Amino acid sequence: MESEAAGVLPRVTTETLQRAASNNRRFTRIVERLVEGWVKLSAMAAIVTIFLIFIFVGREALPLLWEHPEPGLEHEVVTWSNLVGPTHYPDRPSRFMWQPVSNVPKYNLVPLIIGTLKTTIIAILFAGPLAILAAILSSEFAPRWAREIIKPTIELLAGIPSVVLGFFALMVLATWVQDLLGLRIRLNALTAGMALGLAVIPIIFTVAEDALTTVPKAYREASFALGANRWETAIKIVVPAALPGIFAGVVLGFGRAVGETMVVLMASGNAATTTWAFTDSVRTMSATIAAELGEVVWGSPHYRVLFLIGVLLFIFTFVVNLCGEIYVLRLKARLEGTRP
Amino acid sequence: MKKGRSTAVGVAFVGLCVLATATIIVMLAIILGQIIWYGAPGITLEFLSAAPADGMRAGGIWPAIFGTFALVVLMTIAVVPFGVLTAIYLVEYSKPGSRFAKAVNLAVSNLAGVPSIVFGLFGLGFFVQFVGAGIDQVAFGGQLVFGQPAILWAALTLALLTLPVVIVTTGEALRAVPANAREASLALGATRWQTVSRVVLPQCTAGVLTGAILAVSRGAGEVAPIMFTGAAYFLPSLPTKLNDQFMELGYHIYVMSTQSPNVEETKPILFATVFVLLALTFVLNAAAIGIRARFRQSLRPSDA
Repeated sequence: MESEAAGVLPRVTTETLQRAASNNRRFTRIVERLVEGWVKLSAMAAIVTIFLIFIFVGREALPLLWEHPEPGLEHEVVTWSNLVGPTHYPDRPSRFMWQPVSNVPKYNLVPLIIGTLKTTIIAILFAGPLAILAAILSSEFAPRWAREIIKPTIELLAGIPSVVLGFFALMVLATWVQDLLGLRIRLNALTAGMALGLAVIPIIFTVAEDALTTVPKAYREASFALGANRWETAIKIVVPAALPGIFAGVVLGFGRAVGETMVVLMASGNAATTTWAFTDSVRTMSATIAAELGEVVWGSPHYRVLFLIGVLLFIFTFVVNLCGEIYVLRLKARLEGTRP
Repeated sequence: MKKGRSTAVGVAFVGLCVLATATIIVMLAIILGQIIWYGAPGITLEFLSAAPADGMRAGGIWPAIFGTFALVVLMTIAVVPFGVLTAIYLVEYSKPGSRFAKAVNLAVSNLAGVPSIVFGLFGLGFFVQFVGAGIDQVAFGGQLVFGQPAILWAALTLALLTLPVVIVTTGEALRAVPANAREASLALGATRWQTVSRVVLPQCTAGVLTGAILAVSRGAGEVAPIMFTGAAYFLPSLPTKLNDQFMELGYHIYVMSTQSPNVEETKPILFATVFVLLALTFVLNAAAIGIRARFRQSLRPSDA
């Protein structure tokens, strides 16, 4: 076998070797180009996805603008004044109403926006102070062993799926809150907001802690050198320096809370009310999509309005996240002494 | 006098911080405690291996476990290559400060902030209505095959949702590889891709694995994106084809706790299901943390 194969092989000269090497190099270069192009193309996936989300969620909502109702369904037409203005009655005060399934469907977004704001505000009021104080403890005061309890706790909390938080709020927390405060309505904005707060704590904590630890050591050392003690340094020097970052954490938490679905869907009671009482049931924008999209007629005005709510959520969280990110980058650049 | 007051304020402030932290820890302990206390007794072999029976008041959750498993496997196949290549681009190929790299970074962090329900809408509008219906038009003559909610579309929707997780984790691992390993390889005449594929990536397998595990743990818990793209209330049989619908643990929890005619009767099964989902995500997260810790240690230069 071997001798046969050797007989077939051409005589190896310097020239053939050089030619082979240059062929090889050319091949390597082509492969290199192809791979680089392929890697770059894959890197576009994230950008493309953002655009696709915008286009394809918008595509289902936009026909609202020019679609004319079929004969006999004129009352179903959705206009901007219907979406944000109240329904007027001759004999009753005008009201904002979300009643997509009725003889005269009403697609007013005001109750949903109020509901979203209510749960979100409660969540931030609940989660913000806890998360920020815990972040300050973790970065400024806690000894190593304590930090090794705090951080995994936050990671564990972040790892709980939102459906489990929603389940907990629905089955356990709602009963406790109702009994404790003697509330009439079991599922309300307060319960949903608190459960939502649990989902938001890890985000605020992580961003705030990150901002606090970015504050240069020199700030602290200068403060100590001037005779300040540890907590004075923390409150008067480190926290003010990191404040924009802490604020960014709250903003990012707000963005997350607005978009969070399962917790509010399960624990908020889902009644589209327009009161500002924290003990009433509420229906949020995200929960409305989740609850109604399954039963809606494809292509109907109701279907389009649900996608419109999706577009609003997407734009809102996009802007909030962008602001938060830019804020964090600026802060880091300033503290590290480089320009963004 | 002033000194004493200032110390008191300091002690009070630190006390407040401790109190806040303790509140978070106690709340977490309560949640986990409740779920373990009421959920763990319901975990039996039969519960894990049987199908729901009697209107979900009895039986087990095997179809939901299987559906979740199939879903995350498909998702992983879709998300890992894209995520890893994007991370390779950002860390190994892009020039520092290039516009395109900045745009990719911005897109990644914004993608991570898109609400999961919007992913659900997108999955329905894009994968089901556009891609799926398009395939049906072209390949099946308008017959309804892929233009309906299916496990494939749910998995792809989740893949987009978890893309940032894989990109960020893999990127961290790539950055942790010392620069002199790359320099040595390049100095020996290796090309960029040869360096990445034979020197950098082999040192990062743990990082890639961590990213994939975190993505799975995130994907397994998401319900909103799959509600309209493929998950079903109840199915008599397991999914066998890419265009089948499927049952999923998180969705099963949602359905049982909100649509059950008698919640009290469903309660033991419900808690046990939550226990299974939580155990699954925690085991995955713990594995990811463990692998990452060992990976970091292995990259640390040894003293010997």
